[in-house]
Order: sequence, then C-alpha cells, then structure tokens
Amino acid sequence: MWGSLALSSRWRGWLVDARHFQIAALATLLTLNLTWLDFGADPRACAVMIATCCLTQVAASRIVGIPVELRSALITSFSLSLLLRTDALWLYALAAVIAVGSKFLIRIDGKHVFNPATIAIVALVFGSGRAWVTPGQWGAELWFATLLGFLGIMVLQRARRADITLFFLLAHGGLLVARALWLGDPLAIPAHQLESGSLLLFAFFMISDPKTIPDSRLGRLIFAFAVAGLAHYFVFFGQVRPGLYLALALLALTVWPIDRLLPASRHQWVPAPTPGGQV
Amino acid sequence: MTLRSTFVAFVAAAIVALAAPAAQAFCGFYVAKADSKLYNKASKVVLAWDAGKTVITMASDYQGDPREFALVVPVPTFIERDQISVVEPTLVDHLDAFTAPRLVEYFDNDPCQPPIEYMRALSSAVEDAAAPRGANSLGVTVEATYTVGEYDIAILSARESDGLTTYLTESGYSIPDGAAAVLGSYIKQKMRFFVAKVNLGEQQRLGATFLRPLQVAYQSPKFMLPIRLGTVNASGPQDLFVFALTRNGRVETSNYRTVKVPSNVTIPTYVKGSFAAFYKATFDRAVEREDMRVVFQEYAWDLGWCDPCAADPLAAADLNKLGARWVAEAGTQPAPMGQVFVTRLHVRYDREHFPEDLMLMETRDNTTFQGRYILQHPFFGKLTCPDAEKYRSELRVRLTQEALTLARLTGWRYDDILAKVKAQSGPTGQEGEDPDSSWWRRMWE
Repeated sequence: MWGSLALSSRWRGWLVDARHFQIAALATLLTLNLTWLDFGADPRACAVMIATCCLTQVAASRIVGIPVELRSALITSFSLSLLLRTDALWLYALAAVIAVGSKFLIRIDGKHVFNPATIAIVALVFGSGRAWVTPGQWGAELWFATLLGFLGIMVLQRARRADITLFFLLAHGGLLVARALWLGDPLAIPAHQLESGSLLLFAFFMISDPKTIPDSRLGRLIFAFAVAGLAHYFVFFGQVRPGLYLALALLALTVWPIDRLLPASRHQWVPAPTPGGQV
Repeated sequence: MTLRSTFVAFVAAAIVALAAPAAQAFCGFYVAKADSKLYNKASKVVLAWDAGKTVITMASDYQGDPREFALVVPVPTFIERDQISVVEPTLVDHLDAFTAPRLVEYFDNDPCQPPIEYMRALSSAVEDAAAPRGANSLGVTVEATYTVGEYDIAILSARESDGLTTYLTESGYSIPDGAAAVLGSYIKQKMRFFVAKVNLGEQQRLGATFLRPLQVAYQSPKFMLPIRLGTVNASGPQDLFVFALTRNGRVETSNYRTVKVPSNVTIPTYVKGSFAAFYKATFDRAVEREDMRVVFQEYAWDLGWCDPCAADPLAAADLNKLGARWVAEAGTQPAPMGQVFVTRLHVRYDREHFPEDLMLMETRDNTTFQGRYILQHPFFGKLTCPDAEKYRSELRVRLTQEALTLARLTGWRYDDILAKVKAQSGPTGQEGEDPDSSWWRRMWE
C-alpha cells in the first residue's frame, strides 16, 4: 500500500509498525480522558505509570543486553492509565513494574506469556484488593469514534494477527446476544453491554497482543472463543466483574501448547527482522 | 380486591465508623439542603454491603390507599422469614438529609480592615416542597407467608414467569404489560421474589399512618440493584436515590458511568431563598447534558465526620439498623471515623436509557465529595479607605460571574438572573450597613 508513495524507506518502516498508530490513538483517548470526559483517570497516576513502565523497560533491556525499545512500554502504560484505578500512587508504580517486568521474566520458548497490561490488572485487582477496573462507560459517540479509529488502524496496517480481535468480538457479542435471547431480554441489553470503552481496549490492545497469542490462525480462533467463554462464565456465573482480564491471563498459559499443536511463523513487529530481537 | 402493584428494585453494600462530632472548624455554614423530597416518583434505597453480605432497605414514597399497595421485590437468593424486617422511616430520612446537596454561605470581610476570621451562623433551613389457584400447579412455590410489622409478606420461588404472573394476577395484583418478560429473565437468573402488601389490621393496631421501609438481608456475591421491573409500567422517568454503606470506599455503577454533580461553585446570594428550585434545575440540566445515561454521585464521605454537616451525624446504632452490621452498636454515639463510607447516588432512569439493572462495585476510593453550593455575601458596611473603590469594582465582575455560573448550571435566562441579583442581592438597610447604598445602584449603570 505504501509502496506507491514516494516515501523514504525509513518512513515506510515507521508507518508499517502498527504500534505508532496505536500510541497515537491511546494518547488521544488519554488526553480526552484528562481534559474533557472525566472517567477518573488521575494525571499523577498516568505520569507515574508512564515513567515507571519506561524506566522498567530501560533497566530490564540493559540487564538483558538488548536495545531499548519503548513503544510497547508506552502502549502498556497508556492502556493501564485508561483502565486501572487504585487508591495509592505506589500501586500504580507496582502495576507498571509487574506489567513490563513480566515480559522479561515470564517467558516460554522465547515468547513472553502474558500481555503486560492484563497481568498487571489481574495481579493488582486480585492480589492487592485495592485496585479496580474502570467501567469504561464513554458514551455512544466516543465509543463509536474509538471503534472506527481502532478498526481503521487495523485495516491500514493489514495486521494479519488482528483477526483475533474480530474473532473475540464475534464470540463475546454472540454470547451476550445468546444470553439475552435465552433470558427473553430485549437486545438493548447486550447492545448496552457491548458499548464499553474497556471492552474496546481489551479487544484491540490486550487480547490482540501479537506476542502473547497463538501463531496460527486456527489457534487464535480457538483462543479468542475460549477467552470469551471463560470470561462470560466468570462475569455471569461467578460475579467476577473483571472477568475478561482474568480469563485472558489464565488462558495465556495455553498459548504454548496451542503453538506446539498448531505451529506457524512467529510474529515480528516490523516485517524485516531486526538484530538483537525485541521484548 | 384489586391491588395496584408497585414494582421496586433493590441492591446491596456495607462498613462502620468512630465518633468525631461533626461541625469542624469551617468558615461558612450549611444553611439549606435539597433532599429527596424534591422529587416526584422518587424511591430511596439504603444498601449496606460487606463483601457479599447485603442489607437493603427500601423506602417507598407511596401516598395512596394502603389497600392498593403492593410491592414485588426480586432478590438474588433464597430468603427466610427472619431476613425481612421493617425499619423506622426516620432512619432513611436522616441519611437522606445528612447526605443531601447543601448550600453554604460566607461573608466578605471589610476590605478596609485587616482580615479577621469571623463567621456567622445562619440556620434558616429551607424545607423543600417536595386465595388463588394452588400456587404449586402454576409452578410457583410460596416458600413462606407471614406478617412483618404492617406488611403481609409472601416469599415465592417460581419455575417460569407465566406461572408467577398468573399467580400474582389471581392473588389480586395487577401486573403491568411487559412485566412477565422481566420476571422470566429474573427467574432464569435464579432470583427469588417476595411480595409485600399492607395488613390493614396490623396497620391499625400499630397506629401507623404511613408505610415503614422494608428491609431484607441476604448473602450473595451479586452486588446489584434490579431496576427493570420499575421501568415496565412507568409513565416517564423516575428518580432513585441509593445510599450505599460500605467499609472501604465509594460505590459506583460498573455498567453505567458515574458522574459527580456540579459542585463547589459560587452562585448569587438570592438563591438562598430558593435553593430547592435551584438544585432541582441544576440536576435536571445535568441529566439533560448527559443525555440521561449516567448515574450521579451527590455525596461520598466517611460517615464519621462531615464538613459542613447538613444534619446531625447518624448514631452508630442507627447505622447498624440500616444494615452496617459491622459497626458496634455504640448507642447514640456517631460511628467512629474509618468505619462506614457512604455514597449517595442519584439516578433518573427509564427503560430506554437504562435497559440493564444497576451493577454496583465498591472501590477503594475514599475521596470525599459533596454537592456544595456557595453564597458569598458582599460587604455592605461603610467603607473608609481608598481600597473601597477597588473592592466595589471587583465586586461587579464577581457578581456577574456568579450570575453566569447560575445560568450555566440551571439553564435559567442570564438576563433574568442578573435582574434578580441587582434587585435582591444588594444592601437591605439593616443595622451595620452603610446608610448610603447608592453605590450599589451606580455599580450596575
């Protein structure tokens, strides 16, 4: 798509890395959060998380001896800033350390196991008892704008592995509609349940993390449906509100076996391999 | 006998407190409150939640013939007779008054004198205007029936909504169209129901002239308030006040956005005589601005203290009766600080804008918040220094700003507000005022 444009190879490389668009989209949402529509994001907490995520990434990269790469750390800190709430600043810093640290410490076969933001949310919500996830009720207009924006980024990037986002939204939406039909509820209820900003962040930034999902398309399909199903069970039968994050964290442990059963090529952020590898 | 059924929804929440008497040092006093009596069709629910232990107290504003009163309440779990009781309505009213949006007033110092801290207490509280077929054959099991206070209670479990609807209809309740679908949804979610109607004999014997709030206690991880039955036959939006009592912090809705009402703004002093109308307009406007899709937070505070207090602090024993059972019953002493956090949520809802029940969540956020509106009275005494002119020229800017704020909050016309400021906020000729008040008139020319 970019080949026909007279762009230097440096810019072309920059544009095909989905993370740059993701960072721009998340930064826009966070700015809206802090300036216009108050969802409870605390500027100090955001600053602490962004700084701690980046510092942890720098420190861990130095220790491991790989080039410093801050883009994923920024995405993680923006996602956490939009989703996670606690009552103490040090817990935000802890979340950032857990998120980025998990990428370096919890690895199987050269891939990190957990999406960083997901594992930080699960660790804090279930481990500290002092954290919660914002409901993400952004109102219909911003929700639609965000959905379109995220879909746009996906299409622009032709990100092959983003199919998991669609698989997940299909499974999750399907289950909500099925539940409404079973209960005899109006479809306004599942429509309202889908209209959550947290759900969009989860679908486009957490379950879609190409480093922590199966390599094969069939594997991703199975994985997405399993996460939706388990989350549904947690939320509606176990009354566990942050069920999505818990389901994703638990099922992340099945990615390695899925990859063994359904092998496929590994994901690279930028098509041409970069020396030294990335974390 | 035809009973008119009034469908009500409910919830759950919980925690405790230590006695720090209210009225902290505070220059500015509570002078009026806007409690829930302002609203038609308002129901009040106190919800004490303590990690799955729920006590819910439902106060009805029912004003009609007690023979026509009936309440169908869904609860998430099976309940037994000792889990239902009645409480005195004054307890709920007290919590309502204590957490209501409040008006406070300050007085400008003499700009010609060194600042002296002084306060004046005004307490002109503004009161606001404000035997059927066998049940079993229908798939309905009447688990128990008994009398609690002035109510006859029947606890039901049902296998299907048709049976429950038929049972209720044959028992004399008129079930609104559409209720069967909601009942069916609740039945599939394994919820139980209890039905309350007034026992006229008991009511006469007790000498009760009003219906006391019903209270039900149960244990369930479902922290929610079923509002759907209440929207089935409603003619227009209704107001619901939820007073959540918890151990740790603020309660918010997890499936609707929770928004703070506008607060801590300075408004023209003439509003003192019409605070109820002011707050009602402010709330209406806020609802409109948010397209009636959010839940408003009007108060969030540790119940151990208040600043300023809109009513006397609640006694620990009263909080205990309202469901905060983790509070030691310390008689008439207020609950100690750090034990009970109260969140007052105010939601205006209908079926279109609130299709789902309210799902609630206790957070660890114990940041204090109150709906607080400030009156800043100008200094009307005699001014004897060159700074006087500066004060008066700044005053005009300030009063204009207050009028703009009021227009923005309430949607009232700015010109009307400014006319009232000129006519009603100026010198009154009282003792202590400068006898020459012509500057006030000139200020506006």
